Amino acid sequence: MTASRLATGGSAIDRSRPVRFSFDGATVLGFAGDTIASALLANDVAVVGRSFKYHRPRGVWGAGVEEPNALVDVGGPQATPNTRATTEPARDGLVAKSVNATPNALADRNAFLDRFSRFIPAAFYYKTFMWPDWHMFEPRIRAMAGLGKVDTDWTSPGTADQINHHCDVLVVGAGPAGLAAAKLAAGAGLSVTLVDDQQKPGGSLGHRAGEIDGKPAAIWVEETVAELSAGGHLILPATTAFGIYDHNLVGLNQRHFDGRRDTLWRVRPRQTVLATGAIERPLPFANNDLPGILSADAALAYLRRHAVLVGRRIVVATNNDSAYEVAGTLAEAGADVTLVDIRRDGMPDAPAKVPLVKGRALSAAKGRLRVEGVTLDDGTKLDADCVLVSGGWTPTIHLFGQAKGKLSWSEASAAFVPGDPVDGIAVAGAAAGAVSLSEVFAGSKKAVASLGETKATLPRSTGPEATSGIAAAWPVPGSKGRIWIDYQNDVTVKDVELAARENFVSVEHLKRYTTLGMATDQGKTSNLPGLALMAGITGRTVPEVGTTTYRPPFTPVPLASFAGARVGELMAPVRRLPLENVHRDSGAVFQEYGGWLRPAHYGGRDADADRVIQDEALRARRSVALFDGSTLGKIEVIGPKAAEFVNFLYYNTMSTLKPGRCRYGFMLSENGVVFDDGVLVRLDEHRFVVSCSSSHVAAVHARLEEWRQDRFGREAVYIHNATSDMATLTVSGPNARKLLETLDLGLSLDDAYLPHMAIGHGRYGGDAVRIARVSFTGDRSYEISIRADRAEPLWAHLRQAGQAFDAVLIGLEALMILRAEKGFIVIGKDTDGTTLPHDLGSEGPRSKRQSEYVGRRSLFTEEASRGNRLQLVGLTVPQGEAPLPTGAHGIKRADGRLHSQGFVTSSYQSPTLGRPIALGLIERGATRHGETIEIQHLGKVRTAKISAPCAFDLAGERLHA
Amino acid sequence: MQLFPCPFCGPRDETEFHYGGDAGNVRPDGADVPIDRWAGYLYLRGNPKGTAREIWVHMNCGEFFVMERDTITHKVLSSAALGGEHTA
Repeated sequence: MTASRLATGGSAIDRSRPVRFSFDGATVLGFAGDTIASALLANDVAVVGRSFKYHRPRGVWGAGVEEPNALVDVGGPQATPNTRATTEPARDGLVAKSVNATPNALADRNAFLDRFSRFIPAAFYYKTFMWPDWHMFEPRIRAMAGLGKVDTDWTSPGTADQINHHCDVLVVGAGPAGLAAAKLAAGAGLSVTLVDDQQKPGGSLGHRAGEIDGKPAAIWVEETVAELSAGGHLILPATTAFGIYDHNLVGLNQRHFDGRRDTLWRVRPRQTVLATGAIERPLPFANNDLPGILSADAALAYLRRHAVLVGRRIVVATNNDSAYEVAGTLAEAGADVTLVDIRRDGMPDAPAKVPLVKGRALSAAKGRLRVEGVTLDDGTKLDADCVLVSGGWTPTIHLFGQAKGKLSWSEASAAFVPGDPVDGIAVAGAAAGAVSLSEVFAGSKKAVASLGETKATLPRSTGPEATSGIAAAWPVPGSKGRIWIDYQNDVTVKDVELAARENFVSVEHLKRYTTLGMATDQGKTSNLPGLALMAGITGRTVPEVGTTTYRPPFTPVPLASFAGARVGELMAPVRRLPLENVHRDSGAVFQEYGGWLRPAHYGGRDADADRVIQDEALRARRSVALFDGSTLGKIEVIGPKAAEFVNFLYYNTMSTLKPGRCRYGFMLSENGVVFDDGVLVRLDEHRFVVSCSSSHVAAVHARLEEWRQDRFGREAVYIHNATSDMATLTVSGPNARKLLETLDLGLSLDDAYLPHMAIGHGRYGGDAVRIARVSFTGDRSYEISIRADRAEPLWAHLRQAGQAFDAVLIGLEALMILRAEKGFIVIGKDTDGTTLPHDLGSEGPRSKRQSEYVGRRSLFTEEASRGNRLQLVGLTVPQGEAPLPTGAHGIKRADGRLHSQGFVTSSYQSPTLGRPIALGLIERGATRHGETIEIQHLGKVRTAKISAPCAFDLAGERLHA
Repeated sequence: MQLFPCPFCGPRDETEFHYGGDAGNVRPDGADVPIDRWAGYLYLRGNPKGTAREIWVHMNCGEFFVMERDTITHKVLSSAALGGEHTA
C-alpha cells in the first residue's frame, strides 16, 4: 500500500489547521477534521496494530464504528484504551499507542505466535492448560493476548454530566433517512432530537454521490440541518445511541473533544426512528486480514472526506453494485483500479478506465506486513498495493434487536432486516434494507406516518440512484488457507469448522466457543459471515442458524459516563450531623456509622486512638459524659389508632404505656427475627415517638408506612419522620443531673417528676426541649432533643457547664464499650438474621401476650422452639488475657471434628472493669452461665467463661444514682 | 429502565420503586394459624408468567399501590392506590 494525501479536496479537513500527534512514538501530521486513521493513512502507515491472539499485523479496515483492527490506546488526561482510530479525531498533542504490540505495531516481538497458529485453534488454551490449574497459566497467556491496556494509575480529570431528556421523536442517525424523518416529524409540529455518532451530519451523503431536490446532497444536508436548528430541535453530533432499554429508554453517549468528560443522556422519546445505516462486510479469501485490505466504502470515505488515496494499484473485489462508484472515483483520482466481480451478469457497466473481471472471486492475498497482490479463483495473479472489498451490506439493527424486535431474513439483500414492528420504534433507510435514496425517503415517510399530518414535503432523489444487485458470497467450509471471519478476535473459517465438529452449532455456543463476535467491535463486520458459514457447514439456512442476542452497548461507553457524579464522596453520600463542625473544632475523628458521619472519638489517631477511647469510656463512668445522639430515630406516630398501631408493630405490649413514659421494645419481621430495638415514647394519648436505631430509620419508617397503609388505613394513623428535625444531646453519668441543674431548662429534674423511662418538656433559650430519661450507658442519662438549628448554643452551654464536673465528650467507640459493659445489644451486630426475641432473653410477650403483633406466628414454629438455639451471653476470658476477636467461634468437639456452637458478636477492653468483656450468641447459652467453652479464631483456641450479658452494675443502681 | 406509574406522582423511573410482594397475599392473624398457611403467606409467591398483580411502593412519596404488569413484555397494565381511590 502506498497511500497518500491528494493536493486538493477533502470535505472534512481544514488544511489551514494542521495538527500533530504521536503514534507509537512517531510524529504524525494531519489536518483538523482528520481521524487518527485518516491521518495514519495519509502518512502511509499500513500496520496500525497487532491482532488479539496471533499478533498478526493489522491495518485500517473501515472508516467508522465498525472498525475491527485499528484500535489504539489514547493516553493523557482523556485516556481511553481500545479507541477506534477511525472515529477518534486527530488533535494536537494526542498520544496514541497501538494495541497488543511490543514495542510497536511494526516490530512486535510476539509476532512469532502466528507461525504456531496451526497448533493454537479456538479453545486451545482451555483444553491444554487444564493441569494442574488453568490459573497458573492464565496471567502469562493474558499478557500475550488481548488488546489495549488500562492505565491503572490514571485518574479521571472530572465527572461526566448526565442528562434526562424528553422529546416526541428521537432520530438516531443523521444520514439521508434520519434527516428526512426528522424533517417530516418537525413538520408535524413534534419536538425532534437528532443524534449522530459522527461530528458532521450527513451519514453516507458525506461521501456517496447523490442529488436531492435538485441540489447536491451536501447542500441539502446543510439546509435541512439549518432548518431543524432554526425550528428549535436538538441536534447532537458526536453522540452515539448505544442502547435501548426497557420501555424504550434510549441511552446516548455524547463526546466533547474539549477536555470535558462525555455526557450521558437518558432519553424518553414517544417515538424512536432508527436510521442507523448499514455496515459493509468483508469478503472471504485467504489472508484477507492483511494491512492494505480495506472496506471499499471506507476507501471512498477517505478519498472524499479526507483527500486520502488509499493506494496506487488497487484491486476492488465485490459481489454487489456499491463498489462500482468506489472503483470509478478512485480511478478518476489517479489510481490504477481493477474491478473483480463475483457475478457473471446483471452488474452495472464498468466505470471509465477500470478493467472489469467478471465471475471471479479472490482466493488469496499475499504479502507480509502489507498486501502485495492477490490471486483470483482461476489462478490469475494481480499485483496490488491495496485491495478494497465489498461483501454486501449488513443493516445496523442492533438497537432494534435490543428493543426485542424480531428480525427477518431478506434474500434480496442477503442480510437480516427488521421484522415485525416494535411499539414506539421505527426503522428507516439502509438499516431497513433500503438502497436507493428514493427507497430511503419512502421509508422515512413510513417511519413517521403514525405521528400525524406533516407540513414538510418529502425530499426527492433527483440524481442517479444506487442499486444493490448482490450475489451472496459467504465463506464456505473446506476453503484453503486462513480466511478471517472475525478480525478483532482472530476467528477463522477453520475455527468455525472446529466448533461445528465439536457440536457447538448453536449460534450462542459458536460465539462462546470461538469468541466470534465478542470483543469491542461486537462482530459488526463478522457476525453475519460467521452465521452464514455455520449455516453452510450444518446444512441450514442463515435464518435457521439465527443471530446471537443483541445487547447494549452498541459501541464501548466509558464507565465514567455511567458513573456520572456518583464518584468519590458522592458514590454513597453520608448523612451529616447538625453539629458536625462543632465536633470538628473539638478534634473529633469522624467515621461512618450506618450511613451517618459521626465522631468516633475526640482527639487521638491511629495507635493513639485506642488510648483516647479507653479514656473517654473511663471518664464517662467517673463523672459525666456528653454525647451527640442526634441520629437516633424520631418517627412520630399520630392518630386515633396510634396505640393500636404501635401495639401491633412491637413485640412488647405498648398500648399500656402511660403518656409521658417510655418503654424499650423489639420490632420483629414477619419471620419473627428481631429487626430493630429501641425506646417508644408516648407523648400523649394519640401520639408516640418511635426511637429506633440510627441506621434503621429509613427502613423502620418504610415498615410503619406499609402497615399503616396496608392494615390500618390512611385515616387511622399519620406517620412523620422527624429524625433530622431535632438534634439529641445526651448527658450521661453519675453527675448528669447535677450538670443539667446548672442550666435553666424550665422543668423539675427531681426523680419524682422525671424518673428513669419518663419524659419531660422544658425550654431552652425560647425553644421547646424534650428530655427523655433513657440510658444506653447504664448510667443516669438525659437525652435532650431540641430544634436542630438551635442545638449549637445548648451544646456549648453543656460543655461550658460541664467543666466544673470534668465532663468528657465521648464518641461512638466509647459508647459501644459502655453499652457492652451493660450487655445492651446492637441489632445486626449482636444479632443476625436468625435471632428471635427469646434468644435475647425476652420471653415475656411470646408466652403471655394475647394480642396480635408482627412476627407472632413465627415465634411458635418448630424452629423457634428448638432447644439448641443460639442465645445471647456474656463471655469472660481468663485473667490477663487480651479481648477475644469479634467473630471468633465457640467450638465443641465431637466425632473427632470441631463444630461451631456460636460466635463472639462484640468484644472490648473495659477500662472501668480493667478486663476484656464480650457478648456472643452461644448454643443454649442462657442455661450455661458459669460453663467454660473453647473459642477458636484463625486456628488459635482459647477459653472463655459463659456469663450473663451484663458485666457491670448488675443491679442497675447507677440508673438512679 | 422501566417507567412505572405511581398513582400519586405519575410515571417515574423504576429505580424510585421497591417491590412489595404479590397483591392479595392476605395476612392470617393469630398464634394458631396452620403452619402451612403461615409459610405460604411468608414465602410462597406466584411468580406468574404473564399478567402479575403486585404491590409496589414509590419510595419518593412513600405510597404503596397495586400495579398490574406483564412479566414477559414488561408492559404496565394498570396501577391504583391500595384503596383504589387513585389510578394511573
